[in-house]
Amino acid sequence: MKRLFPILGVVTAALLVYALYMALIGAPTEQTMGNVQRIFYYHVPSAWTAFVLFFVNFGASIVYLVKRKVAADRVALVSAEVGVVFCTVVLVTGPIWARPVWGIWWTWDMRLTSTLVLWLIYVSYLFLRRFSSSGETPTLAAALAVLGALCVPFVYFSIWFFRTQHPQPVMGGGGSIDPRMLHVLLINWLAFSCFAFLVCWSRYRLEKLQREVDQAHALESLMAPRGSVR
Amino acid sequence: MSAPAGITRVTLLKDLRLEWRSKDASNSMLFFSLLVVVVFSFSFDPSAEESRQIAGGLIWVAFLFAAVVALNQTWAREIRNQVLDAYRVSPAPANSLFVAKVVGNFIFVSVLEALMTPLFIAFYRLRSIGPAWQLLVVAVLGTWALVVNGTFFAAMSLRTRSREIMLPLLLFPISLPAILAMVQATTAILNGEGARFWMTLLVTYDLVFTTVCLLLFETVLNAE
Repeated sequence: MKRLFPILGVVTAALLVYALYMALIGAPTEQTMGNVQRIFYYHVPSAWTAFVLFFVNFGASIVYLVKRKVAADRVALVSAEVGVVFCTVVLVTGPIWARPVWGIWWTWDMRLTSTLVLWLIYVSYLFLRRFSSSGETPTLAAALAVLGALCVPFVYFSIWFFRTQHPQPVMGGGGSIDPRMLHVLLINWLAFSCFAFLVCWSRYRLEKLQREVDQAHALESLMAPRGSVR
Repeated sequence: MSAPAGITRVTLLKDLRLEWRSKDASNSMLFFSLLVVVVFSFSFDPSAEESRQIAGGLIWVAFLFAAVVALNQTWAREIRNQVLDAYRVSPAPANSLFVAKVVGNFIFVSVLEALMTPLFIAFYRLRSIGPAWQLLVVAVLGTWALVVNGTFFAAMSLRTRSREIMLPLLLFPISLPAILAMVQATTAILNGEGARFWMTLLVTYDLVFTTVCLLLFETVLNAE
C-alpha cells in the first residue's frame, strides 16, 4: 500500500499537467464566451468531485453508525474536509466566470443556491467536529451527516420550485456540448478525482497518526509518576 | 397508559411546571422577538405596500431567532444536578424524553407565536388576501419542523464547547428548506396565491426529519 502512494502521486501529477494543457490549449475556444469558458474545465469537475465526496461521507457515516468502525469515521471526516475544499473551488470559480459572461457575480439561481446550501451544511459538519469533545465526535458527526444528506433532496426540490416560479433571465440554456470539449472535461474530472483521492489518502494517514500520537500522550500522562511536572 | 407514554407525560408536565414557575425561556423569547420586530421596522418601512411581500420572511426570522433562545435552554436545565446522566443510566426509552422535549418546545414556541402575531399584524398593517386559516396550518407545520430539528441539535450541541453558538450553526443550514417553505407559504397566502406545494413540502420534511431524529436520538444521547 505504501509503495502505491508515490506511484499514484506521479500518475496524478502527470494527469493534472495533461489536463491543464488540454484545458488551456488543447480544447477549442468557445464561440461566444471566448477563453473565459475554459474555467468550465475546473468548475464542473470540482463540482462532480465534491458531490462524490459528500456521497462518500454519507456512506461512511452510515457504516460508522451501524458498525462503529474507527476507519469509517476517518473516511467520513476526510471526505467532508476535501469535499468542502472542492465545493469552495466551485463557488469561487463560478462567480469568476459569471462576471464577464452574465455581467453579475452571483444570482440566486437554483444551482448556485443549492450548491451554497450544500456547502453550508458541510461546513457546519466540520464545525461540529471541531467543537465537540473527542470521544463523542464520531457519533454526533455521523448523525449530523445523515441528517445533512437527507436534507439535500429537500434543498434541491424546494429551490427548484422557488426559482422556476421566478425565472432568471441570465440563465444559460442547456444545449449540446462539442465532443472535444466533453473529452477535455472528462480528462479533467479524472485528474481531479485522482487528486482528491490522493489528498484524502494522505489526510487519512495523517489523521490516523494524529490519533496514535494523542493516545500515546494520554498513556504517558497516565504512566507518569504522581506529582511530577513535565 | 404504556410506560413510554407515561414517561413522556411526566417529563412534559415537569418541563411545563418548571417553565410556568420560572418563566425563564418564555420571557426571554418574548422580549427577544419583540426586539427583532422593532429592529426590522427600523430597517424597512413597515407601512409600505411592499411590506406585504417581506412580512412572511420577517415573522419567521423573528420566530426562528426566538426559538433558538428556548431550544438552548431545553437541555441545559437537565445538565444541572446530572439529571441527564441519571436518565441515561435508567431503563427509560430515550425517545420518550425526546418526544416530551419536542412537545414542550412546540408549546412554548406556539404560545410565543400566538402572542407575537397580533403585534406583527398591528405593526405591519397586515391583511391576508388568501384564506387565513391556512396560515395556522403553515404555522403548526413550520413550528414542528423547527422544534424537532432544534431539540435534536440542541441535544447534539449540549456537550460541545460553546454550545450556545453551536445550535444555530447546526440548525440553520439543515432547516433552510423548511424555512424557505414556511416563508414562501406565508407570503403566498398573505398575497392570495396558492401554497399547496410549500405545504406538501413542509409535511414531507416534518415526516422525514421526525422519523430520522427519533431513529438517531438514542445514539446521540448515549454518545460517549
